[in-house]
Amino acid sequence: MIEIKNVSKRFGSQKVLNGVNLVVNEGETMALLGPSGTGKSVLLKAIIGLIRPDRGEIIVDDQHVESLKRVALSKLRATIGYVFQNGALFDSMDVFENIRLGLTDEAEFKNPEYARTRAAECLRLVNLQPDTMKKMPAQLSGGMRKRVGIARAIAGKPKYVLYDEPTSGLDPVNSDIIDALVTRLKDELGVTSIMVTHDVRGSFRTADRIALLTGGKIVAIGPPDEFKESPVAEVRAFLERDFDLEGNGAAK
Amino acid sequence: MSSLVEWAMFRAGRSVLDPLAAVGRFADLMVEMGRGLVEVKIWFPRTMEEAWSIGVGSLFIVLMISSFTGGVTALQAGYQFTGNIPIYVVGSLVTESVVLELGPVLVALILAGRIGARYAAELGTMRVTEQIDALESLGRSPASHLLIPRVLACLLMIPVLVVIADFVAVGTGWVIAKSTLGISNQDFAYGARVYWHPLDGWYSIIKGFFFAAAIGLISCYRGYTTQQGAEGVGRSVTGAVVTTSVLVLLLDVILAKLILKP
Ligand SMILES: Nc1ncnc2c1ncn2[C@@H]1O[C@H](COP(=O)(O)OP(=O)(O)OP(=O)(O)O)[C@@H](O)[C@H]1O
Ligand SMILES: [Mg+2]
Repeated sequence: MIEIKNVSKRFGSQKVLNGVNLVVNEGETMALLGPSGTGKSVLLKAIIGLIRPDRGEIIVDDQHVESLKRVALSKLRATIGYVFQNGALFDSMDVFENIRLGLTDEAEFKNPEYARTRAAECLRLVNLQPDTMKKMPAQLSGGMRKRVGIARAIAGKPKYVLYDEPTSGLDPVNSDIIDALVTRLKDELGVTSIMVTHDVRGSFRTADRIALLTGGKIVAIGPPDEFKESPVAEVRAFLERDFDLEGNGAAK
Repeated sequence: MSSLVEWAMFRAGRSVLDPLAAVGRFADLMVEMGRGLVEVKIWFPRTMEEAWSIGVGSLFIVLMISSFTGGVTALQAGYQFTGNIPIYVVGSLVTESVVLELGPVLVALILAGRIGARYAAELGTMRVTEQIDALESLGRSPASHLLIPRVLACLLMIPVLVVIADFVAVGTGWVIAKSTLGISNQDFAYGARVYWHPLDGWYSIIKGFFFAAAIGLISCYRGYTTQQGAEGVGRSVTGAVVTTSVLVLLLDVILAKLILKP
């Protein structure tokens, strides 16, 4: 379970998060929507302790992230897969080494056969050929890099996965494959996840609940059907704009 | 008027607080690395790789500057000591100035540019492209994966490169002195030995160590704490090279004062 209680964060004079409350239950997929620049990435980073909130509590698996000691934090992070918005692949290593570093279990990491099999398996899950393993990140397209980032995040069989826009920049077919992967991880392994996304329609299909972050707060939250009908003004504005765009044929 | 006073106070406050904050961050990083030392299995292989890479990579430039240095020192010694000073003094001068000063300092200054800039740029780029965050997100420590191997590689290889530079520079100096000043092998060897203290060789290596620490720690610190994109990486690289070079010269003075007792 991931619990975010009253979390605030400011950068200089800019208030980014202003009392965010959010609970993601065990085995639940939460989609996090919100306009660009509202602090969705900041919130995800706060969950794994890459950004320390100014106020509030973040509790993952009954552990307070903001006050965890080094070793305990590393242990906790090993159970959380994080998909970075821009991939954040290690560019001095090939794809195989990248995915291998995602094997957070030391024994698995040390076992070259297991590492290879697992890397190939994860690449298949994100619809990439096994021969991608030998490529360097610079030789990949943006969408491929993003998918390798996803493969790296899930390689260690994490209990939690935080996706920062996993489908942005992907073609519709690959977007659907990633959406299906999110669902499959949840169904087969009981993974709990938060998925930041701009793909409103995709999130309606994959998420159990949807939350909207604007103005530093979660302004609406609920299952897709409820969320769609939410009377909250920000939700209406957000959805209408999205469907407007879709009407103009410029969706996503 | 009052805004001018405010501005002046703000600037004064910043000029005290900014360096203090930097010292704090540097201390944090040292603590991080100290803790990371327990993960021997992670940093050891990476250190070896890194040491090999900077050792082999820097060998050519070190050979080049050391042979030039030795040669030029011999030429200038010959130019200065004509007349009634015995010719063997050229041997003393070349050996002592190379081993005590020129070998370690020139190697350190060149490597501040070569290794320091590289480390600051690598780590800075990894920082701004979130690769360091990614490493942490996998529960892995940047200290044991990235920082310790680089600092240790410096500590391991730079003293070795200094010793190589010392030998090459003295050797070239010898050859040049022989061919241009006509000094005999016996005279040069006698000169080299007559003012030689056993400490001198160690002094060269000790200097290499301290310079290595300066290069490794400063460049890793600057790279690791890079902020804001490509420009930030540029600032870190320049900062690393300039700070390291100044620190090398400063350490040079301090070590001379502390270790060399006439
Ligand atoms: N390290 C940082 N230092 C200063 N400001 C930051 C930092 N990280 C984020 N911000 C600011 O916080 C705000 C939120 O950033 P964030 O990356 O979380 O947005 P986002 O909701 O993920 O947007 P997008 O959908 O475009 O990815 C932005 O205005 C950004 O300028
Ligand atoms: Mg973002």
